[in-house]
Amino acid sequence: MHRFANPARFLTIARWATPLCLLAGLVIATAALVWGVVFGPADALQGDTVRIVYLHVPTAWLGMAGWSSIAVASFTEIVWRHPLAGIAARAVALPGALFTAICLLTGSIWGRPAWGTWWVWDGRLTSMLVLLFLYMGYMALESAARGAQGAGQGQGRMAAIFGLVGAVNIPVIHYSVTWWNSLHQPPSITMGKSAMAGVFLWPLLAATLGFSLIFAGVVFARMRTILANEQAEARLRRKALMAAEPAGEDW
Amino acid sequence: MSVATGLKAKHQRLVLIGVALVALIGAALLATWALRNQASYFYVPADMAASPPEADRAVRLGGMVERGSMKTAADGVTVEFVVSDGKARIPVRFAGIRPALFVEGSGVVAEGKLGKDGTFVADNLLAKHDEKYVPREMGKMTADEARKTIADTQ
Repeated sequence: MHRFANPARFLTIARWATPLCLLAGLVIATAALVWGVVFGPADALQGDTVRIVYLHVPTAWLGMAGWSSIAVASFTEIVWRHPLAGIAARAVALPGALFTAICLLTGSIWGRPAWGTWWVWDGRLTSMLVLLFLYMGYMALESAARGAQGAGQGQGRMAAIFGLVGAVNIPVIHYSVTWWNSLHQPPSITMGKSAMAGVFLWPLLAATLGFSLIFAGVVFARMRTILANEQAEARLRRKALMAAEPAGEDW
Repeated sequence: MSVATGLKAKHQRLVLIGVALVALIGAALLATWALRNQASYFYVPADMAASPPEADRAVRLGGMVERGSMKTAADGVTVEFVVSDGKARIPVRFAGIRPALFVEGSGVVAEGKLGKDGTFVADNLLAKHDEKYVPREMGKMTADEARKTIADTQ
């Protein structure tokens, strides 16, 4: 596992993986959306509002997968101190928050015609909103901790602990519709079974794959940016140090 | 400390974080267990029949609209129907605008109060969609045909 923790090795892989993920993701997601939204059938009960599912479900999955990967990265950072783990968690937070927000928004738009309300405080909707707040808290805490401690040892330790604690919410989101009576429907797709007809299921799976690739591409791009920034900062620090040593003002 | 226990620093961290995670998951399970009744969005008819809420308390009742139970009153806006969960049945009265997905045989959440006569008087209806997604062409089939097609997709 340690060989993936090497930033230089990561950069050589990410250099071609970033555009590959983004391009493939864009192509697949666009094709899936056209397939489902334009050519797909309407639902017997929901009518045309069913088409929002092709955006709602992939973003919901990525919102939750995003925090799960923050939790794994945080665990790796705390235990093995991998230099890349903290950077990965930092890179995931923003797209994760964005996808969670899109999920809440599309769900609300669907809820108005289907349920007759924009919002209810049931288990699923509430726990998903909590996830969005967790992302925001994580980003605030992470940038504050980085600002306060500079480049010293243990930067981001606080954010990593927050990332682990926040992971408690993920199973709560998933089981909220099973544990408690909720207005939100139970999962349509469970282990190897689908209560969703194939005409909805296949475009949905394709859209999920496409958006996941886009998500991965964005995370790679953000990780590369963070690494480049850190490198530039380190170089500037070295320069300042060298300039300060001889006379103090001639640079 | 690592010298005293003979553990490498990273193994120490691994044990520490493992213990912390177990404690955290335990706490979360206890919390959700304690919430198991309070966090539900509605009562099902069986709950309501077993322990009726006080007469003037606003509650939510959720279940299936029993097939063939829906009746529209003479004024044209008041509907009466029966909400059931297979164990208990509760008659509901509602006057107002009904959501598009509100039909017989599908789920509903009614907000309102349980009257003294055992009829639930709703002042708002929310349609509950189930986990099934069926295209419109299939919706025209009989229920049995549709069920068979769904069974095939599983």
